[in-house]
Amino acid sequence: MKREKLRALAPLEQPRSPEELRIRQLRARDLLRGDLSDAELQQYVEEAVMTTTFDKVLNWGRANAMFPLTFGLACCGIEMMSIVSPRYDISRFGAEAMRASPRQADFIMLSGRVSIKMAPVVRRLYDQMLEPKWAIAMGACSSSGGMFANYAVVQGADKFMPVDIHVPGCPPRPEALVYGFNKLQKQILGNPDPGWRTRYNAAGTEEWAHAETEPTPEQREAYSAAREAVAAARERS
Amino acid sequence: MPDAAGLELIAQELNDAHSGSVRGTYHEHGQACLIVEPDRVLDVLGWLRDTPGQEYRFLASLHGVDYLPATPRFGVVYELLNMPRVERLRVRAAVADPGGGELPEVPSVVSMFPTADFQEREVYDFFGIVFRDHPDLRRILMPEDYVGWPQRRDFPMGGEPVIFTRDEAETPGWYE
Repeated sequence: MKREKLRALAPLEQPRSPEELRIRQLRARDLLRGDLSDAELQQYVEEAVMTTTFDKVLNWGRANAMFPLTFGLACCGIEMMSIVSPRYDISRFGAEAMRASPRQADFIMLSGRVSIKMAPVVRRLYDQMLEPKWAIAMGACSSSGGMFANYAVVQGADKFMPVDIHVPGCPPRPEALVYGFNKLQKQILGNPDPGWRTRYNAAGTEEWAHAETEPTPEQREAYSAAREAVAAARERS
Repeated sequence: MPDAAGLELIAQELNDAHSGSVRGTYHEHGQACLIVEPDRVLDVLGWLRDTPGQEYRFLASLHGVDYLPATPRFGVVYELLNMPRVERLRVRAAVADPGGGELPEVPSVVSMFPTADFQEREVYDFFGIVFRDHPDLRRILMPEDYVGWPQRRDFPMGGEPVIFTRDEAETPGWYE
């Protein structure tokens, strides 16, 4: 097919039919062969190239390739397991690769009640995850203690770690968890700074290795306070 | 299952063998129970295990109870089972609360029934009842640095009060 005809046939919008798609494919072939030049090349580039910011691409990549930590606490864990099954299929959103190591995981789902004996373990797992990291509190228990208002259960996981998304339910249906995960994706896409460091007074837990900005005075203070606390704990033990 | 008369017979024979060991009996819901002195638990369980005609050789369960405000305050309950006859007998040690922050003490039966090991640890964990001569008496379910005996009736419930929107009338602005 002649190129003059091609341009007349395929306007600049998205292809509306298989024929149009085919025309675009042929045009791309011409480009690769080096047959396009000047105005034609200009037009092709205008059609084919999209400009954006690096942050947006980065967040897009992050939001669409999330690795959950293989980690279940209680009965919610059963519902959590089923979201990777074909019926709910969280691989549609790029989160089917359950990682067995916190080093490889992007987010942790707290699926169940956190007992006070388990809380240090959960906190350690969360601390071992690499930045950037997120947390979903699944169900009533890990959000607020749920029905376990007693001596053994922590009344909400955000007592000891930052949580980004709370999914209500007892347990939540897998659909609800997938919806919560979609909310998390939206949060990552739209607002790169979740702001929880400010909310939970967790300034100083960032990794500064690749950051160009200097920590603020409050962050420096929190950092040194944390160091002193660790040193004091070592002293005691 | 020993019936009420059989239970009295057992109590009588026990008191003959180890005088003063049985404090009382009761027979309720088809369940026979001996209430015994806590210090004589080893004698009683040993007699029930080894005497021909009794032979309750299996300790099915061991658990603690807090009867506050009754005295004696605590109970350590041994559920015995004779497997050939399928007969169950409950033995309850009535343990007094020494008060003043002291922990009540009961002799351990681990030497007689090895299964009692973890169960006595659990009773210790939740009720603060110390089992004398237990090989490894430490907390089993609660964290090791936990303070208090959470299943005692005077232990606070824990948790947090939940504030509902219907409480808005009483505590306006609670959510701010």
